[in-house]
Amino acid sequence: MTAFCGIELRHPLINASGCFDAIAARRAFGDFALPFSAYVSKTITLAPRQGNPPPRLWETPAGMINSIGLPNRGLAGYLEHDLPALAQLPVPVITNVMGSTVEEFCELVEAVAAQDAVAAIELNVSCPNVATGLDIGADPRELESLLAALRPRAAKPLIVKLTPNTADVGACAAGAEAGGADAVSLINTLRARALAPGGSAPWLGGGNGGLSGPAIRPIALAQVSLVAARVEIPIIGMGGVAHGRDARDLLDAGATLVAVGTESFRDPAAAGRIAGELQGTFSQIAR
Amino acid sequence: MTAPFGRRRAVALERRRVGRYVVIAAADELARAQPGQFYMVSASERWGGGEGERPFLGRALSVMRAGEEGRVEFLLEDVGPGTHRLCELEPGEGIELVGPLGRGFTAPDGEALLVGGGIGIAPLIGAQEQWGGLALLGFRDAGHAQAGALVAGALIATDDGSSGHHGLVPELLIAELDRAPRPILACGPPAMLDAVRAIALSRDVPAQLALEAPMACGFGACWGCVVATVDGYRRVCVDGPVFAAEALA
Repeated sequence: MTAFCGIELRHPLINASGCFDAIAARRAFGDFALPFSAYVSKTITLAPRQGNPPPRLWETPAGMINSIGLPNRGLAGYLEHDLPALAQLPVPVITNVMGSTVEEFCELVEAVAAQDAVAAIELNVSCPNVATGLDIGADPRELESLLAALRPRAAKPLIVKLTPNTADVGACAAGAEAGGADAVSLINTLRARALAPGGSAPWLGGGNGGLSGPAIRPIALAQVSLVAARVEIPIIGMGGVAHGRDARDLLDAGATLVAVGTESFRDPAAAGRIAGELQGTFSQIAR
Repeated sequence: MTAPFGRRRAVALERRRVGRYVVIAAADELARAQPGQFYMVSASERWGGGEGERPFLGRALSVMRAGEEGRVEFLLEDVGPGTHRLCELEPGEGIELVGPLGRGFTAPDGEALLVGGGIGIAPLIGAQEQWGGLALLGFRDAGHAQAGALVAGALIATDDGSSGHHGLVPELLIAELDRAPRPILACGPPAMLDAVRAIALSRDVPAQLALEAPMACGFGACWGCVVATVDGYRRVCVDGPVFAAEALA
């Protein structure tokens, strides 16, 4: 068992937000054993979003760039349609939310924190501040004041999903902790661009996108190590995890949980295999 | 029809060339796909490290034929690092499968016209074996049109006139609908499907269109494969790949 913010989990592997849709997977696979010890929802916004125009994907060396644009039913649609289905999962549900202002974040966090089916809330702070144009999550002071505003509104654990697109991820983590965050998760995707074949125009309908997959694994390892040196709160590490040893490396670097993202696209059951391999790495040490 | 959860390793049984295309058969005791369903497919070895250090993701391949005897067949064209590697698969090599996935064709109400273009003829092969129907197939040239032999009694059109009708497959479709209105099952490049859709809507015949889209996962996780429909963007992998003509925007 693994303890995370007072929640008991069967093993340390969860999904990265937006990388596994438990409801759609049931349509594709019928009944199946969810390979994660907790389930993190896609990002929920206050209003419904259609997402970005296609194309939304680009394959890279050892990875991919996505520009999905956070399609979701909006808060009301999530609470009415998705959460009742997710509540049937055999694991705790972590709901990921994103506001474009502090006020929106407050409304989302209050509404989600009031749901019995939600064990914890993850904050997607990879969104631009309308006034500065900078991502809220890229500025330690903005993060601290956002968390200070949210903290009194939720008794449930607040996890800040840190962006790697910043000069000092350790300072951002420290800002989140100072504001009252219970945990941080990292890394989100790295801002990246794909060009249309034979041209110089962006390929993706949304312009730039986010890079994920094994290509970013060494960056995740470095950033998790940096953050672990700066904060006391638990860390969910992620970025290109495809094997038990990758998960082990992030745990050794200071993570309490490890999330599987892109590897689940290649094999929906990957997290189960990785959990088994991870167990094997512990057994080897024990011998 | 739902798929077993997770990626599984199968064995490539056979590779054969059909004109410019390659048919790969894999052993899969679980294979029981409906026409129009697809698999996410990759090679067990040397997947990655090719041109530009790709491929990385599986490739969404429409099922050409799924036999009762534990054999699934795919039709491929070598158009990039993923399909290139799959076209090289030798019998006995490992092939990784997730599937069958997606919503395939539903049984047409009466004998259908099977309208295909290029690599898009693949799901029509299984559809014809299950439900019959006259196939109208378009290709670039005679080399590609050799794959028309995979479909019994097909009428062929080529862009350059080197085989069959010199022109586009929608021209064959209009002639056949003039003869007798019939439901349509179609799969092919976007321009062909746009034309088929317009013809079907203007003549009020039901048409099921199997779409193709680049996918990362194939099971609704990544939201990368969306298509515009009258209800907004929908995922080709779980809401399709087969859509009714009137459902598309």
